[in-house]
Amino acid sequence: MTAGLWEHWVLPGIWITIQLTVYSAALATVVAFVAGTARTHRVWIVRFVAGFYTEVFRGTSALVLMFWIFFVLPQLAGWSLVPMWAAVLALGLSYGAYGAEIVRGALKAVAPAQREAGVALSFTPWQRMRLILLPQAVPEMIPPFSNLLIELLKGTALVSLLGIGDVSFAANLVRLATTESAEIYSLTLVIYFVIAFLLTRVMRGVERKAKAGIGQRPAPGTGVMRKLGLRRQNETAQLPVGGAGGASL
Amino acid sequence: MPHFWDGLLVTLQALVLGSLISFSVGLVWAVAFRAPTRFVRWPVGLVTEFIRNTPLLVQLFFLFFVLPEWGVQFSALTTGVVAIGLHYSTYTAQVYRAGIEAVPAGQWEAARALSLPYRRTWTAVILPQAIRRVVPALGNYVVAMLKDTPLLAGIGVLELLQRSRLQAAQTFQYTEALTVVGVAFIVISYTASLLLRSLERRLVR
Repeated sequence: MTAGLWEHWVLPGIWITIQLTVYSAALATVVAFVAGTARTHRVWIVRFVAGFYTEVFRGTSALVLMFWIFFVLPQLAGWSLVPMWAAVLALGLSYGAYGAEIVRGALKAVAPAQREAGVALSFTPWQRMRLILLPQAVPEMIPPFSNLLIELLKGTALVSLLGIGDVSFAANLVRLATTESAEIYSLTLVIYFVIAFLLTRVMRGVERKAKAGIGQRPAPGTGVMRKLGLRRQNETAQLPVGGAGGASL
Repeated sequence: MPHFWDGLLVTLQALVLGSLISFSVGLVWAVAFRAPTRFVRWPVGLVTEFIRNTPLLVQLFFLFFVLPEWGVQFSALTTGVVAIGLHYSTYTAQVYRAGIEAVPAGQWEAARALSLPYRRTWTAVILPQAIRRVVPALGNYVVAMLKDTPLLAGIGVLELLQRSRLQAAQTFQYTEALTVVGVAFIVISYTASLLLRSLERRLVR
């Protein structure tokens, strides 16, 4: 492979693929949380709108959606989209719909009594969501979400059909410019595999962090505590001295 | 709109053939995951993980542009069907695997106690129980495959999306052509998911 192709197409292509993945994953996460929580909302019209969105975007093909946003939306709306942002919009909305189902499932899996306890303590709905539901639901969401991220990464290959210079597009260019199609496509597959592998590792770390959060504290002497060389103090030592209960001392 | 129906026909053709390949190859993977020797289990695990974690579109390009260099020439549609089938076989393999693991261990022991040969243990005891449970989950992947058939446009197969695009390019009516394709996909996959739900109710009790 000639050096120029490598420097001008393949390396930037990898960078574009990573950028696309990060931006659309961010959009998909926001959309997933909004639509997923909306599907558990009290007001039926909110549930209906969110449900309609997930059914439509899960039901259609990501590529058709991408073409629609790229070709049709500018015609209808009268303004044009940078190809990169059209792609991010399509991927984010498409995978956000899958993510919404994950969020909804995890929220539904939190025991109803937890919500009722929040009501009994006169928490506002926002406090219930932030302090009770999400801390318990988020660790549940992470494994399916990391699968979703891998799917999203693979989905970014579609943008090469719009002519965006991601790594798949670069591979096609190199094939046209040289005759080394076996090498370049094998390399491209390996690049995706490596990125997917790294993503999995990162998500596993995130999962561990989230599980170590509220309600699922690691046992004494494990995890963060051990890493810091700390040992959990004897429980009795933490009793308040001289407070209401300590008067007899 | 003849282009629409012709394209739909090709899409459905790719879907049916791709499903058949993925169902049968996936079963082979799933049984190989349980092979008695790790010299089978490890390579199979590696290959399926690799296929699962790389994009279908690049696999399509690989098969379409590289195989002819090695002297294997397929039509675009055949290449597409093989790629979709192989890609999804790694997903269906996981489905089968879950089904196989759900068969109680006592069934294996019973087969062993009856000194059934290895092959008959699979064909007569394990698989009939495993497959019944996983049919709805396999159906989900048929819907997923349907939504991936537009990728075949990438290698020039005249399926639904590609035909509509060509039509739109002639008449400049992208809005109508692409909206019709999108709606067609929603209608088909929504109908399929309703069918699957009723199938699930019947098979899994």
